[in-house]
Amino acid sequence: MKAAHDCRDAFADELVGLARADDRIVAVCNDSVGSSKLAAFAAEFPDRLVNVGIAEQDMVGIGAGLANAGLVPFVCGAATFLTARALEQIKADVAYSAANVKLCGMSPGLSYGALGPTHHSTEDLSWLRAIADLPVVVPADPAQTRAAVRWAARTAGPAFLRIGRFPVPDVSPPDGPAFTYGRAARLREGSDATIVATGTLVSRALEAAELLAGRGVQARVVNVSTVSPLDREEIAAAATQTGAVVTAEEAVPTGGLGAAVAEVVLETRPVPMRLLGPRTFAPTGEPEFLLEHFGLTADGIARATLEVLGRAGA
Amino acid sequence: MSTGAELRPDHQAIAEWRRLRERLARADRAGRAAALAALAGGIRRTVIGTIADAGLGHTGGDLSVTDILTTLYAAVLRLDPADPSWPERDRLILSKGHCSVALYTTLTTCGFFPAEHLSTFAAPLSPLNGHPSRRSVPGVETSTGPLGHGLPVGVGVAIGLRLRGSAARTVVVLGDGELQEGSNWEAAMTAGHRRLSSLTAIVDRNGLQQGARTSDTNDLEPLADKWRAFGWEAVEVDGHDHLALLDAVTAPRDEGRPRCVIARTVKGRGVSFMEDRVEWHHRVPDAEQTRAALAELAESGDAR
Repeated sequence: MKAAHDCRDAFADELVGLARADDRIVAVCNDSVGSSKLAAFAAEFPDRLVNVGIAEQDMVGIGAGLANAGLVPFVCGAATFLTARALEQIKADVAYSAANVKLCGMSPGLSYGALGPTHHSTEDLSWLRAIADLPVVVPADPAQTRAAVRWAARTAGPAFLRIGRFPVPDVSPPDGPAFTYGRAARLREGSDATIVATGTLVSRALEAAELLAGRGVQARVVNVSTVSPLDREEIAAAATQTGAVVTAEEAVPTGGLGAAVAEVVLETRPVPMRLLGPRTFAPTGEPEFLLEHFGLTADGIARATLEVLGRAGA
Repeated sequence: MSTGAELRPDHQAIAEWRRLRERLARADRAGRAAALAALAGGIRRTVIGTIADAGLGHTGGDLSVTDILTTLYAAVLRLDPADPSWPERDRLILSKGHCSVALYTTLTTCGFFPAEHLSTFAAPLSPLNGHPSRRSVPGVETSTGPLGHGLPVGVGVAIGLRLRGSAARTVVVLGDGELQEGSNWEAAMTAGHRRLSSLTAIVDRNGLQQGARTSDTNDLEPLADKWRAFGWEAVEVDGHDHLALLDAVTAPRDEGRPRCVIARTVKGRGVSFMEDRVEWHHRVPDAEQTRAALAELAESGDAR
């Protein structure tokens, strides 16, 4: 499995393609033409790029206003500034106002590495999952990213797309849809335990399942690309059929994917769980190092799975 | 009436509103002033009654913004209350969402929904929440309540309408206290930079915020200069003088500049014991105060 893709490229390319076909599509950003990969969009549609400068509350409010005027705004900014700085605008102007705004959180998780915790977006899933009527979508590879952008463009109403920067390999099966809103995808069958992962961690979950297979443990792997609303059936089936669940995400599990899965497991079929994700502010280091630091590697996920199974020493 | 009712257009009220607009267009200045004063007086009485019945509301600010809303909805905004999402409509965004009763009442005078629904204000499951929701109230462009949200949204609307080649205008009504929120100045800068001449901000400058005078809290002055420094045209008018408001909003535009109308108002306007009193920010009149307020509003002959 070769780690190759920055999902922002797929996002930006898909957005330009959609904008060619639909002149209602506009991009809004906070001085992030480069980091949101909007240079090609800006070159082809200079009038349809609204760069508000470094002003996230303004940016999200303007997104809601553009939607009111009949446009389809993709509001792009580094995930942490978009969600933390403009959280109340996301709640009131976008979600509660049912505005047709596509919030695009770029470079989420730990992907800003040594720039430090001020730039890491590890709380966004928790915050946004708490907001009613706001779909929270986390694509795991370029194919999912493209499909999620197409879904957002054609579906009226608010959405948050978390667009990864950390290089990831392709994980979507070549046959079948890369992304179905509200549905989790079972990428590997298994009956001993389930690894539920999202975004960057999906490919690592698949690698962990390989490692586990080598030790006689058949782990199921579920890719949750719609974190909210969560695919309750798939999670309940995982708990019921495999009896142990590990979650992995590039976000705090307190409120993010881990908590979301735990809620469903608790309400349907309580089984032993481990929730993997950063639980402290990250130390200094590049993203790969930080993922390792927090145990968000194939090894770390496999180890956690064995622990849940009570076979850590096996 | 079920309080969870869906609000639908009131066609009789729409017809009356259309007749009023024609009358205002034909009237001389004195006639126009009298008609707007009468309408505002009726709205004030309904506001007082609605708040007293509900036991909830922001009485002082509702009364300070009433003349602004009355003037805009009766004489300025191009709307189709039978089709609240008509793409070419002018947009009015009430950023000071706590003054929802004045807005709801004004919307009923245009026929967006029947006035009977006002009696459900703040009741369980009523579409008429303490703060206006786009989800449940036709004519509400964006849900407001948290302060400092209306102007960024209005700026987005103005940018979007211009992109679409629409001539529709955008008006944002702001409280003065909420200008302490930095988001307004982010938006003011964007509007000035983008030369949004279809955008008008009206500041309900009553000088009071929830806890004290704005000047004793975090002073806003020199307010007009601040807007001008952000690339806006700024004018100051008496915010209870309907014709002055009308002139300020409709005067020919300096192309390339959004306009800010600083409307000097009195919080609690029209009820002597509420006027300019900080405690009436969200106090609800008791039965005796309600009788006195309604009597005073009736006596004033709607002409003050």
